[in-house]
Amino acid sequence: MMKGQTIFFNNKPVITGAYSIVGPKEGGGNFGEYFDYVMKDDRFGEETYEKAERKMIHQAISGAIEKSKIKVADIDLILAGDLLNQIISSSYAARDFDVAFLGIFGACSTIAESLAMAGCLINGKQCKNVVCSTSSHFSTAERQFRFPLELGNQRPPTSQWTVTGAGGLVVSQKGHGPVLASATFGKVVDWGIKDVNNMGAAMAPAAMDTMLAHFRDTGRSPEDYDLIVTGDLGKLGSEILIDLLEDNGIKLGLNYNDCGQMYFTRKQATLCGGSGCACSATVLNAYIIKKLIKKEYKRVLFMPTGALMSTTASQQGDSIPGVCHAIVLECEEE
Amino acid sequence: MDRKKRDQAYNKYVNAKIPKTRPWPSLFNSFWVGGVICCLGQGINDLILLWFPQMAEQSAWGYTLIVLIFFASFLTGIGVYDKIGKFAGGGSIVPITGFSNSISSAALEFKNEGIIYGMCVKMFTIAGPVIVVGVVASIVVGIIYLFI
Repeated sequence: MMKGQTIFFNNKPVITGAYSIVGPKEGGGNFGEYFDYVMKDDRFGEETYEKAERKMIHQAISGAIEKSKIKVADIDLILAGDLLNQIISSSYAARDFDVAFLGIFGACSTIAESLAMAGCLINGKQCKNVVCSTSSHFSTAERQFRFPLELGNQRPPTSQWTVTGAGGLVVSQKGHGPVLASATFGKVVDWGIKDVNNMGAAMAPAAMDTMLAHFRDTGRSPEDYDLIVTGDLGKLGSEILIDLLEDNGIKLGLNYNDCGQMYFTRKQATLCGGSGCACSATVLNAYIIKKLIKKEYKRVLFMPTGALMSTTASQQGDSIPGVCHAIVLECEEE
Repeated sequence: MDRKKRDQAYNKYVNAKIPKTRPWPSLFNSFWVGGVICCLGQGINDLILLWFPQMAEQSAWGYTLIVLIFFASFLTGIGVYDKIGKFAGGGSIVPITGFSNSISSAALEFKNEGIIYGMCVKMFTIAGPVIVVGVVASIVVGIIYLFI
């Protein structure tokens, strides 16, 4: 049963496989050594960046299935989404798998949305194995949301860098790996930010809202987690989140961080850090899940944030709504 | 607190928190890079007049622009102009080379969608507004000129 906005997964859905693939710039970032596959170039041997993104998500799904040591025929459902119009990366990649497919959109929070849904389906024993996947590509996102790549413009200091990469996970009823303990579904929150180059500020209130709901529903506090990690609030957005929570009487300590903020090195000059669906998804698959398997983390609160922005709505003067879903991941019990 | 007040207060707080750009280094870089581009233009113009002494000065200006546009477009194609732009900002946007970059970068970006519907349609996505403003401004100036 849902308590407030949170569903507790008593039957402990297990993440039996997680795979990450990233571009060369991401490979040179702070998580470089942890990724399963680093592409040599952004095109990945394809004619267009859109096709490259599709190939990445395909590889992420195949890789995750391979790692979980099950067959494609054992997959009941693929849940995937991305940033491109009509989520073409996910749906076009899914046509190569002979598996039922549900396309979802939660902007950069997509991986949490798919994990939460997979958790419900596995926990309720409706499915045996569900694949969750998402992708983003710097070059496809730039052309859809911003400017041509070769345009000689300067980026504002609040802007973030869309991560090129894809992540895939297999969530199963049986097997070994970290478990999904609960999911808190977020509301769409909009505090009137209109600057499309300041996604962190647009999404921070959504992250605050979901975090408050999570702590209220679970009766926990930030100290109960080894790691609390937001998706792509970036440097500015995560600072704002800390302030917003302090206003609500919650103090985030050293166990809090943001995937976007951690993603790139200082030298890579990404201003406020990484963003995009793959930002949180690849950090989760490459780093957090490995730490949970090694039991270096016992319990992690994973909170990808999404700016549900459209260029049309922004050009018509609308502000940017944000959403954030929270997933609690725990290491496997002995 | 009602929604409007909350949004206003939040926007005010965010604006105060945004990292500030340092205007002086950016202005300095755009000044000298823009200046160098203009000097190059003058140099090309002088060379044309030196090599083709019989050419009218006005035609030489035209050829100078063609040469500048070509090189900016070429540098865009080999992926150098965006790096200059990142460093120089307005310094490389304002001269005609920036205009050339805005058209050729858009053309490159959308060539995968086909010559007609991709490249030709999207070529002016950045430069289009500049052309419209230029044409409208010249009409306005022309009308004013008619009456004075």
